[in-house]
Amino acid sequence: MNPTARPPRPALPPEPPLWWQRAQDYARSRVALAALALLGLIAAAAVLAPWITPQNPYDLMQLDVMDARLPPGAASSDGAHTYWLGTDGQGRDLYSAIVYGLRISLAVGVGSAVVAAVVGTLVGLLAAYAGGRVDALLMRLVDLLLSLPTLLLALMILAWFGKGITNVILTLVLLEWAYCARTARGQALAEMQRDYVSAARGLGLSATRIALGHVLPNCLPPLMVIAALQVARAITLEATLSFLGLGVPVTEPSLGLLIANGYQYLLSQAYWISVFPGLALLLTLMAINLVGDQLRDVLNPRLQR
Amino acid sequence: MSTWALRRLGQAVLVVLAMTLIVFGGLHAIGNPVDILIGDDLNQQERLAAIARLGLDQPLWRQYLAFVASALHGELGRSFVYQEDALRLILQRLPATLELAVAALLLAVLLGVPLGLWAGLRPAHPVSRLLMAGSIVGFSLPAFWVGLMLIMVFSVQLGWLPASGRGQTRAALGVAWSWLTLDGLRHLLLPALNLALFKISLVLRLTRAGVREVLPQDFVRFARAKGLSPARVVLMHVLRNTLLPLVTVLGLELGATIAYAVVTETIFAWPGTGKLILDSINALDRPVVVAYLLVVVLLFVTINLAVDLVYRLLDPRVRLAGAR
Repeated sequence: MNPTARPPRPALPPEPPLWWQRAQDYARSRVALAALALLGLIAAAAVLAPWITPQNPYDLMQLDVMDARLPPGAASSDGAHTYWLGTDGQGRDLYSAIVYGLRISLAVGVGSAVVAAVVGTLVGLLAAYAGGRVDALLMRLVDLLLSLPTLLLALMILAWFGKGITNVILTLVLLEWAYCARTARGQALAEMQRDYVSAARGLGLSATRIALGHVLPNCLPPLMVIAALQVARAITLEATLSFLGLGVPVTEPSLGLLIANGYQYLLSQAYWISVFPGLALLLTLMAINLVGDQLRDVLNPRLQR
Repeated sequence: MSTWALRRLGQAVLVVLAMTLIVFGGLHAIGNPVDILIGDDLNQQERLAAIARLGLDQPLWRQYLAFVASALHGELGRSFVYQEDALRLILQRLPATLELAVAALLLAVLLGVPLGLWAGLRPAHPVSRLLMAGSIVGFSLPAFWVGLMLIMVFSVQLGWLPASGRGQTRAALGVAWSWLTLDGLRHLLLPALNLALFKISLVLRLTRAGVREVLPQDFVRFARAKGLSPARVVLMHVLRNTLLPLVTVLGLELGATIAYAVVTETIFAWPGTGKLILDSINALDRPVVVAYLLVVVLLFVTINLAVDLVYRLLDPRVRLAGAR
């Protein structure tokens, strides 16, 4: 077509920046917006834990055994404050314990997901770029990891390395990087067919620079979604492993361990020790899942109008 | 077909071999087996003799071959704790776990498929929306917490169902089963429901998505145009084509369910392999852990293989695509 034959364009108002369009897409769902707000609230509570809780649940000096298993709303024996959510078997204020537990859960979840995403993305890029035997070997390893149940592999790794929170994080990273690696490889392979990569090659840029400077940024959106959903998976797995007694130490209970501790009092009607940490965990996971789902819809190029 | 089946079998064997390598490597990564297996009270001479007797002076690849050979003979060592053959210990407990896993899958299908079908046929209906929202909750719920809540509500508050154990069992084929007695079924219901909750959500969403995909296709319209009753169209045409992908997912889920039974068995004191493995990890009872991992991996790989084969038999499209 002859470009001069085109009718002159009508003057359009300047387009808002891309991130603003995406933000508006995201805000279209009220539920997703509410989930984001909830997530922000939970994250803020976890960060500000020492300033918004009446006691430090890990400091045994602050715990009063006389206050053990008080129901929600009971006053402490020294009358200083009210246990709005009750206390656990060692006299811990459950509200404080939950906020501190959220801290551990979020730190473990976000930390392991970020490390796994970085490792997985780099491995995926390497596989896509190297091709051939390196690619085949790495992808068989990914297949093997993804074909076996996560919990089974986690038990296996913990059986070898021993219990403890560091080993739990290590386990989570070992299990989760494979998802990102597979997605990153697929994305990178598709991107490498594009013209801008040929152009960069034509300019004589090094393979590393093309991979990290040009291909990687264009692979990021789906990887971000996966990383977000992996935070939820990691938190669930950490809680499950702590519940089974393979995770955090008893003196610094995470949400999973709090629930496990409440288990023994469940039959004696002290329901709150297990119920409230579980609700906190449920709300956190739901918020992350809903935000991740909406991010997937917003960032998916195939769904774009 | 047969070349494909052979290749697939080869892959399965490779996965099992890779797992034995990982398990064996893990054994060596955590410490010198000499220190674990041989006491400190031996003098240097006895020590060397013991090392030679156990084959620990051989190069590592030889030891690995010996490990695989004895595994093939079903010799995976004796449990330190129970003083019994580790493999036998696992196999004794396996029926309880399988019973639980199969019961959970049955629940998932019996609840998930009809609900998903309903949600797929009437996507705008408020009940369908409620079901979809519920399935997100089902995905987010931590399984172990749900188990506790089930016990709290149905055992402690209402007192309807027992909270632990297998109840009365009856022997069939030389194995004790809970589902053959009424009391056993009552014991089975809560743990099976707990284990099934995630799967119900999964099956519901898959069925709904499948129905939505199949409904606008030509063969459904043709069946309607032929004047078949709506019930017949849905059951014979829509559902049949929807259920096919479910076979794969459910097959894979059976393996995952056996692994996740660890959590449920712990909560409900169900005497299966999951509780055994957890106790063994805590007691550092390594032969049992190794035996468990190998048995479950073998089971899992076998299930995957069977699912692949069945799927090819059920779906001619896959068969033909593979033949090209």
